[in-house]
Amino acid sequence: MTAAFRRLCSEAGLLSVFASRTVRAVLRRPFELREIVHQIVEIGWRSLPLVVMAGLATGVVLSMHTRATMERFGAEAMIPTALAIALLSETGPLITGLLVAGRVGAGIGAELGGMRVTEQIDALESLAVDSFHYLAVTRVVACMIAMPILTTVMNFSGLIGGYLAETVISGVSLRVYLGQAFQGIAFADYILPTVKTTVFGFIIGTVSSYLGYTATGGSEGVGRASTRSVVVSSMLLIVVNVVLVRIIQMWLRGQSL
Amino acid sequence: MAPGPVPMSVPVQAIRFESVSKSFDGRRVLDNVSFDVLQGTACCVMGRSGTGKSVTLKLLMGLLKPDSGRIYVNDTELAALDSRELVDIRKTMGFLFQYSALFDSLSVAENIAFPLRRHTRLTEGEIQASVRERLAEVGLENELEKMPLDLSGGMRKRVGLARALALKPSILLVDEPSSGLDPITTLEIDNLLMNLKEANQTTMVVVTHNVPSARRIGDKLVVLHEGHIVMQGKAEELDRSKNEVVRQFMESTEGRQTHGVL
Repeated sequence: MTAAFRRLCSEAGLLSVFASRTVRAVLRRPFELREIVHQIVEIGWRSLPLVVMAGLATGVVLSMHTRATMERFGAEAMIPTALAIALLSETGPLITGLLVAGRVGAGIGAELGGMRVTEQIDALESLAVDSFHYLAVTRVVACMIAMPILTTVMNFSGLIGGYLAETVISGVSLRVYLGQAFQGIAFADYILPTVKTTVFGFIIGTVSSYLGYTATGGSEGVGRASTRSVVVSSMLLIVVNVVLVRIIQMWLRGQSL
Repeated sequence: MAPGPVPMSVPVQAIRFESVSKSFDGRRVLDNVSFDVLQGTACCVMGRSGTGKSVTLKLLMGLLKPDSGRIYVNDTELAALDSRELVDIRKTMGFLFQYSALFDSLSVAENIAFPLRRHTRLTEGEIQASVRERLAEVGLENELEKMPLDLSGGMRKRVGLARALALKPSILLVDEPSSGLDPITTLEIDNLLMNLKEANQTTMVVVTHNVPSARRIGDKLVVLHEGHIVMQGKAEELDRSKNEVVRQFMESTEGRQTHGVL
């Protein structure tokens, strides 16, 4: 028990050092813009089909649940508003975070882990390339840029999914639906939860890069790095989300933190 | 006036290890190791698996730091360099890894073009010409667009060598050039390395446990055993050695039965 706790603390410490090294490296040359763009395409563009599908399905399911509740109070007109608030403030950012942690976190963990155990990272260094900057920093930055964009896509897909479910039942038009959806939403309700996903991106990018970059033990180690990337980044993301939600709520109410 | 005596050129040390030690998890892999390599010569480091041969190369490239001792490359101590200076030193060195370490996601041509794109201001046309030239040197000029996973072990090694030579390094580090290769391909790789040394005066450190290979390539042989240098010198000197480790090593890999210390 003591040994396991010590190992956990040691791992958390090493991850923190890796994260702070990443933050410092972001502001230092070389900026590796071409590789960052490449990673945004890999992480963001290739995640789009998954995010759109998940958004549509979530919108449909949320709409069905919301209708079941609202009907009891005769407040069907509030369905689009309730759905939009639920999606934009919490469901959209969190589901996007967990989806990206699954798809991208596992990918980064496996890719960097594979490069580590096959000496490709050493090869980069031997070719006078800063492998940390080239591999880890670029992926973290790409995750931080891609997350808010994917979250916006998820929110929009969710609203479309909600509209599809609603229009089948009530025949509401898209214009009326969207008008009602955005009626009760301020710009801050959208922007703060969406901006918060850059923190999710940082967590996913850093955790999976750290676990891949430091992988050992051949193909078994690569598999372990990939699995742990998903587990650790998802767990951290859920826990950090609680703190961020509290901070956002205080911000919106104008309270001091 | 009669011409004076022609000054003899003094051999210059390209690489120097001074009392280098390195441990992993409390196990001493290299213990007080010292040797040097003269410019334009090849030094073969031999020894059993796990005796610190590959670690020696990684220390030389600055991929690992020694626990104690000093490593000099062209009279520059590696430990004294900041990361930018280390990058500059690495540009003068090439590294052929044991399993080639080609970038899986890049084609053969892209693997070789990678260091050129990073460190030179060559135009795309010049880069492509340089890639073809390097591949021609290793006899693979027709494999430009193949992916590393589509290549045989010998071909991967050749591409790895072409990539290591892309920046025309003055020092080449080679890790187990013959591992996993048949005798004919081994001989071809050896010939490539020897031609390179002759043509470009490239300094080489070659890690191998293949004694015939070491005899062909090496101007100097270093035998590592349990982290120590047991003996270093020319192949003939090692052949005459009475040291049991050296004798058994030189004999066993010539086709006789391995026994005893090794």
